[in-house]
Amino acid sequence: MAKNIQSLERAAAMLRLLAGGERRLGLSDIASALGLAKATAHGILRTLQHEGFVEQDPGSGRYQLGAELLRLGTTYLDVHELRARALVWTDDLARSSGEAVYLGVLHQHGVLIVHHVFRPDDSRQVLEVGAMQPLHSTALGKVLAATDPVAHAELVDAKREPFTSRTISDLDDVERILELTRAQGYAVDNEETLDGVASVAAPIYDRRRMAVGSVGITGAVERVCRDGELRAELIAAVRDTARSVSRDLGAKPF
Amino acid sequence: MTDSHAGPFIAAIDQGTTSSRCIIFDRDGRIVSVDQKEHAQIFPKPGWVEHDAAEIWKNVQDVVAGAMVKAGASREDILAIGITNQRETTMLWDKHTGKPVHNAIVWQDTRTDVKVRELGGDIGQDRFRRQTGLPLAAYFAGPKIAWLLDNVPGLRERAEAGDLLFGTMDSWVIWNLTGGVNGGVHVTDVTNASRTLLMNLDDLQWNPEIAAEMGVPMQVLPEIRSSSEVYGTVTGGPMGGLLAGVPVASALGDQQAALFGQTCFSIGEAKSTYGTGTFMLMNTGEKLIHSESGLITTVGYRIGEQDPVYALEGSIAVTGSLVQWMRDQMGLIKTAAEIETLAMTVEDNGGAYFVPAFSGLFAPYWRSDARGVIAGLTRYVTKAHIARAVLEATAWQTREISDAMIKDSGDDLLTLKVDGGMTSNNLLMQFLADVLDAPVVRPMVAETTCLGAAYAAGLAVGFWDSVEDLRANWRRAAEWTPDMDPEVRDREYQNWLKAVQRTMGWIEE
Repeated sequence: MAKNIQSLERAAAMLRLLAGGERRLGLSDIASALGLAKATAHGILRTLQHEGFVEQDPGSGRYQLGAELLRLGTTYLDVHELRARALVWTDDLARSSGEAVYLGVLHQHGVLIVHHVFRPDDSRQVLEVGAMQPLHSTALGKVLAATDPVAHAELVDAKREPFTSRTISDLDDVERILELTRAQGYAVDNEETLDGVASVAAPIYDRRRMAVGSVGITGAVERVCRDGELRAELIAAVRDTARSVSRDLGAKPF
Repeated sequence: MTDSHAGPFIAAIDQGTTSSRCIIFDRDGRIVSVDQKEHAQIFPKPGWVEHDAAEIWKNVQDVVAGAMVKAGASREDILAIGITNQRETTMLWDKHTGKPVHNAIVWQDTRTDVKVRELGGDIGQDRFRRQTGLPLAAYFAGPKIAWLLDNVPGLRERAEAGDLLFGTMDSWVIWNLTGGVNGGVHVTDVTNASRTLLMNLDDLQWNPEIAAEMGVPMQVLPEIRSSSEVYGTVTGGPMGGLLAGVPVASALGDQQAALFGQTCFSIGEAKSTYGTGTFMLMNTGEKLIHSESGLITTVGYRIGEQDPVYALEGSIAVTGSLVQWMRDQMGLIKTAAEIETLAMTVEDNGGAYFVPAFSGLFAPYWRSDARGVIAGLTRYVTKAHIARAVLEATAWQTREISDAMIKDSGDDLLTLKVDGGMTSNNLLMQFLADVLDAPVVRPMVAETTCLGAAYAAGLAVGFWDSVEDLRANWRRAAEWTPDMDPEVRDREYQNWLKAVQRTMGWIEE
């Protein structure tokens, strides 16, 4: 059997020590119970604290189990919770951009639309909540594939159907686009899913810095593009919204 | 893109049950900034709820200043201030010192139960309904004034001597904003006055006979004004330093403000606000409709010298709070939003119906002997079916109110405009459209209450020219269209009504 990683074993021992009831222990208690030098124990505790597995009581300086441990068992964010948190921000995005707003999450092999705000004109529109969109051609899908490894795997396995003459289907080309998406923090769909329609989307992160969804706007190229490119102010507005929703979910800005 | 906000603006103060807020709006009705501060809930005895009105006035000043700073706005940018408030909460203050003489008695407070039963006498709760549109109930302000005068030593003498002023929170905030002891104006608006049990609905004047019967001296009562006119200007104190000379130009009870903010300006237009409980109001125009179906008749709003616009109101005690009950008492979900996730794991309610008559049935039944039931249980039913039944309960209760409104008014419900926290529940909103057989629409500005106060204030100072201007600002964020087989709708409604019957008579008096 391969040798185990000692610091992980020690961290596990600390968590067991702190587990069980309302236990709070000081640094010296923990160090002596595990036969460690105080400096060593402190280093491990600080790492655990940074990850949220351990919390330090500000008054006594003693350590206890952190809230993150409780959340480990229930990791996924409820999509309806996501919609409820995103509501005010997405309304404001629709209002300021003048375009329809969509919120998507990974579901099976594509993007599930969990929230949709109408374009703020008086035209008749149909609520698209519950609809599925493809991963490889839409801005929402590209963002998910670029930020969530599971979505990426789905995209690699998918058929990547060419919907328009501008759809990017070749895997190497798609990977380059995903890399660009990761670098710039947003993705664009410029008539790649529907002729005449363009969109831009950005990722939403939760408090564990995991991508949980994507938010974006979709509209006619005549309105949302200038000189064939997505308008910069629309990209900025979408990214602002994604940051605001992420902040509401507890994501730190670093 | 219109993301940069430049004045002029309208400021709206929302003096609510748990907090005071100030929201600053621009000409398009978009939110520029928000500030909010909670105040203490005081529970001296079971069933009693009070607020410290001095704390509330301090918080109001803080949030106005806070919202101004966040908006980067100066006095010149603010063209008017509007007010909306928790309805019926009652206070008295000394007009010479400006100090409250007792904590405010909050609308939920039930201490006047006995008093209102006495007032009903042989006739019962409908004794003043013809004149005031209201049933005798502990919520309303008039009996709360009488309670204070009868139970706090010395107050009745001071009231008779003309030293005390009564107000709902709109009056208190306006009096303070316009100078307080140095010439503050003592007014209320028609919507707030319509919740006192003391105002005639037809001529919008205080009713001296009812006041005498209730033991409320006329001299404590404020002047009744419209909902949208300049009552005075900001004068003196810290607010004077910040906003001296700015007109105070609207007052509306919170539910009426939401009706206004949802731009329900035509007969038959209705809004429903889905919070812990639900309040649905339907515009009935200049028609004063006396409900045959247990609804309340109230003033919707009055703009300046125009004719008043009346409304029918139905309230549902338990809607969002049923979801909270599932979360906190039953532990079936971890967050309120998860109710939708759980409910969506099944296709239908599995035959189960949940009537949350936790404290009796409200409109249109008014049965205090009813208690909650879950009907139609079989071995087949899972927690997911119950989750569906929970959401359906909110929709069916809305349907009952809407049926009563249609019956009383003779107007059809064309669309229902919704707001409040539960509108983020897509499954519920679709089911609501299905059972009402009418489109359900959600506006883009969720803060309809503050928006209504801002609109009424803006109209009064000419910031907006007409209600048509306001309609043009209204934006649809989502619309759910009915998609249910009429046979299924009828069958399900019959089942619901059967379940409702099973709640009645549980409490034996």
